[in-house]
Amino acid sequence: MSAAELTCLVVEDSPMMRQLLVFALARIKNLRVVEADDGFDGLRKLAAQKFDIIVTDINMPIMDGLKLVKRVRSDPAHQDTPIVIITTEGAKEDRQRALALGANAYITKPIQAPQVIAQVKLLLKLDA
Amino acid sequence: MSDYGSSLDKAREDFFAEAQELIDGLGRDVLALDARLKQNAPAHELINDVFRGVHTLKGLTGLFGATLMLSVSHELEDVLDDLRLGRLALSPEVLDIVFGAVELYGKLLIAERGQAPEPTGEVRALLNALGNAGVQGADARASPIARYELDPALLGVLTEYEEHRLRAAIESGAHLFKLRVTFSLMSIDTALEDLKQRARTYGEIITYLPSASATSGDDIELEVILASPDSAVTVADALADLSVAVEEIARAQPLPAPPRMGSRLSPTSSLLPPFADLVAPQGIDAPRDSLGPPSLALGASLRSVSQTVRVDIRKLDNLMNIVGELAIVRTSLLEVVERLRLRAGQREIATDLQRLHRAFERHLAKMQGGILEVRMVPLGQAFEKLARIVRQLSREHDKEVNLVVTGAETEIDKLIVEELSDPLMHMIRNSIDHAIESPHERARVGKPAAGTIVVNAYQKGNQVVIEVEDDGRGIDEDRVVASALRLGMITHDEARDLPRRDILSLLFRPGLTTRDAAGDTSGRGVGMDVVKTNIAKLGGIIDVSGESGIGTKITITMPITLAIIRVLMVSVAGRIYAVPLPAIEEAIAFDERLVRAYDGREVLTQRGATLPICRLRKLFGHDAAPALPTEPRGRAGFVVIASVGGRRAGFVVDKLLAHQDIVIKSLGKTLRGVRGFAGAAELGDQRVGLVVDMAQLIDDALDYSGVHHQPAGALS
Repeated sequence: MSAAELTCLVVEDSPMMRQLLVFALARIKNLRVVEADDGFDGLRKLAAQKFDIIVTDINMPIMDGLKLVKRVRSDPAHQDTPIVIITTEGAKEDRQRALALGANAYITKPIQAPQVIAQVKLLLKLDA
Repeated sequence: MSDYGSSLDKAREDFFAEAQELIDGLGRDVLALDARLKQNAPAHELINDVFRGVHTLKGLTGLFGATLMLSVSHELEDVLDDLRLGRLALSPEVLDIVFGAVELYGKLLIAERGQAPEPTGEVRALLNALGNAGVQGADARASPIARYELDPALLGVLTEYEEHRLRAAIESGAHLFKLRVTFSLMSIDTALEDLKQRARTYGEIITYLPSASATSGDDIELEVILASPDSAVTVADALADLSVAVEEIARAQPLPAPPRMGSRLSPTSSLLPPFADLVAPQGIDAPRDSLGPPSLALGASLRSVSQTVRVDIRKLDNLMNIVGELAIVRTSLLEVVERLRLRAGQREIATDLQRLHRAFERHLAKMQGGILEVRMVPLGQAFEKLARIVRQLSREHDKEVNLVVTGAETEIDKLIVEELSDPLMHMIRNSIDHAIESPHERARVGKPAAGTIVVNAYQKGNQVVIEVEDDGRGIDEDRVVASALRLGMITHDEARDLPRRDILSLLFRPGLTTRDAAGDTSGRGVGMDVVKTNIAKLGGIIDVSGESGIGTKITITMPITLAIIRVLMVSVAGRIYAVPLPAIEEAIAFDERLVRAYDGREVLTQRGATLPICRLRKLFGHDAAPALPTEPRGRAGFVVIASVGGRRAGFVVDKLLAHQDIVIKSLGKTLRGVRGFAGAAELGDQRVGLVVDMAQLIDDALDYSGVHHQPAGALS
C-alpha cells in the first residue's frame, strides 16, 4: 500500500447518507474524503483539486449524477477518475445510462458499508 | 472503537431527525399536489419531488433495518415512479393512497423509536392498495423525440424522468429551445433557480447540462433545454437581461398532425432504440400553462438551497439556562455597584462599573432574544397536518369541508408547536365529526354545501391566540346540560340558572359527550378534557363559544415561549411568589371595607363589574402569619387582577415587589402534582420563588360546579 494520501469525492444530497458513506470510507486507510451535496457542488470541488475516486448518487436535486458523470468524463483533468454510482434497485434505466456515460461501478441502496469499502478499494487497486 | 456504540446511537438519532424532516416535506408536497389536482394545474415537478423524497427515505430506512418502512417505501416508490413517468394518471384515488402512506410513515417512525406498537395491519392494507394502484400493463409506444434534431450526446444524459418530460412536451406541441448561459460556479445553485423561476412562466426546463466546451476558471457554461409554446422571440425577450443565448431546435421532419394529449396512437419512427421502448405519457398535464401558485415551488427551491442546521432543543434549553445564570450574576453585580457607590472615594469606579453593567445587561438581553428567536417556529408546522386530517376525514364522512388557515406564519416556541398538534387535530376531528352537517342537511337549513373550518392564529402581546371556528350546527346547550345532569356533574338546582359560559365549559369535563352513539372519529366522551389538560400543561387556556345552529368557536391562548417569562414578584406573608406578567391586567390597592360576600364568595366591585377575589395568604396556608398592619383607611396590601382566556379574578397579596425575567424550572417529580404552581425560579439573591399558574388559580377561584377540586397548593 502506498503511503501517499488518496482522495475521494462523495456527492450525495441526503446528509445522513453522505455521513454514512463518509463513515464507511473513513475505514480505508490513507483515504481523505471530501463531501459535496449535489452535482454542481461536486463540480466546484472538482475545479479545486484532482480526486482519486468519485462516489456519487444518481438521483439528486439541482444537478443529478448523470450530468456529473458526463461532465467528469468530458473534462481532460478528470476523465480517468474512477466513478462509483449509487442507485436504487428500481432505477435500472438510469443506472444503465450512467454506466454508458462512463461510470465504472455501481452500488445499490440500501448501501452496506462493506460493499462500499470493497468497491472503492477495488477501483483504487488497494489490497482487499 | 470505544465510542462505536455512541456513534451508532447518534447515527440513529440523525436517522430519526432526517426521516422526520423528509416525512414532513412529503406531507407538504402531497398537500400541494392535492391543490394542483383540484385546480387542474401542472403537477409534474411536485410528483418528482415526492418521488425523490420517498426515494431518499427508502435509502435511509433500508440502512437502518426499518423493514416495515422499507417495504412501504418500496411499493410507494414504484407507484410514484409510474406517476412521474406518465405510466399512471394522477387521480384522487391514487392521491388518497399516497396520503395514507405519508400518514403511516409518521406512525411507523414512532413505532421504530419503540414508542408505539408497529401498525402491521395498516401496513398490510396500504401495501395492498399500493399494489393495486400500480400499472397493470405498460403501454409501450414509439418516441416522438426523434422529431427534433437533438444532440445524441445530450439525449444520453437525460434521466428517464427528463426524457419523459421531453416527450410530453413534444406531444403537447411545444417548441424546443436550446439556451446557452454562463454562470459562476460558486453561485450556480441560486442563479439556476432564478432562471427556472423565470422560465416557468414561458414553459418548462427539461434539463440542463454543463457543456463539454472547456470553461474558464470559476465559470461554467450550461446548455439548457426549454420547452415552450411561445416563439423564439418571446422566449429570448423574456430572458433578455440574463445574457442567455436562445436557439430554437429544428424539427427533423415536417410535424405530423399534432397528436392529442392522451392519444394512444403516435406513429413515429424511433432513432433511440435503447429508450424507445419506454412508455408514453397519458393524462398528465402539459407544461404549456405553468401558472400555478409559484410560491410553493419557490418554497421548495429555497428549502433545497438554504443553509440550516438541526439543533436538539435541549441544547437551546441549556443555553437558556446559562443566560438565566448570567442574569443572576448581573443582579449580584448591581448589588456590588450599589455598595461601592456608598463608599467614599469609590464613586468613580462605581460609575465605570455601572456603565459596564449596563452594557452587559444590553448584550445579555440580545443574547436572550437571539436564543428565543432560534426556538421560534411558525405555527404553520402544526397546521400542515390539519389539512391532511381535514381531507381524509371529510372524505370518510362524505362531507365537504374547506379548511381556511390564516396566521400560519405566527411564531411560537418549538416545544409548544409540537405539543399543539394533537389538541388541534382533536378539535378538527370534533368539528368534522359532530359539528359540520352533511351537504344534504346543510342545504336544508340554507347553508352552503361545503362546511368551512377556519383556523386563525395571531400574536397578542406575549401570547399567541389560535381560534378554530366552524360553521356547523353549533353546541346544543340543552343536551350538554342534560348530559351533565345524567353524569351527576351538576345538580338540577345548578342546572336551572347555569350561565351560558359555564354550560359551555362543561364540555371540558371528563366523560361528557353530547353524542348518543360514539362516532368513528370522536364522541366517545374522552377528548375535550384531555385537550384542555394538555393545553393547560403548556400554560395555555382553552375557551369555547358559539351559537346553536350557526357554529362553534374554540379559542386557545398560549404563551409564546416556555423558556423565559416576565413576572411580577409579589410577597405573601414574607414569601416571594412570581406571577407571570402576561396574565396580569392591573394591580390595585386592596381596601378591606369594599369586600362584599356574594354567592358564598368574596367579591369586589371594580368599575361596575363584579370581581371574585381570592386571598393568597389563605389559599397558600399562611393564615398564621402576622397580619399586615392595616392602614388608617382600611387599605392593606394589593389586589393583582389576572385574566386568562377571558376569565378574571383578583388575588390579594401583601406587597408588589418588582418585574423580572425568569427562567422557569420544573418542580421535579415529587412536587409535580401540586396544583396552582407552574414551577420555580431563582431570584438572583440565592433565593427561590414559586411561579404561580394563573390559569389554574383562576379556574379554582371561579369554579362554579358542584364537584369540588382540591384546593390549590394541595397535593392531588
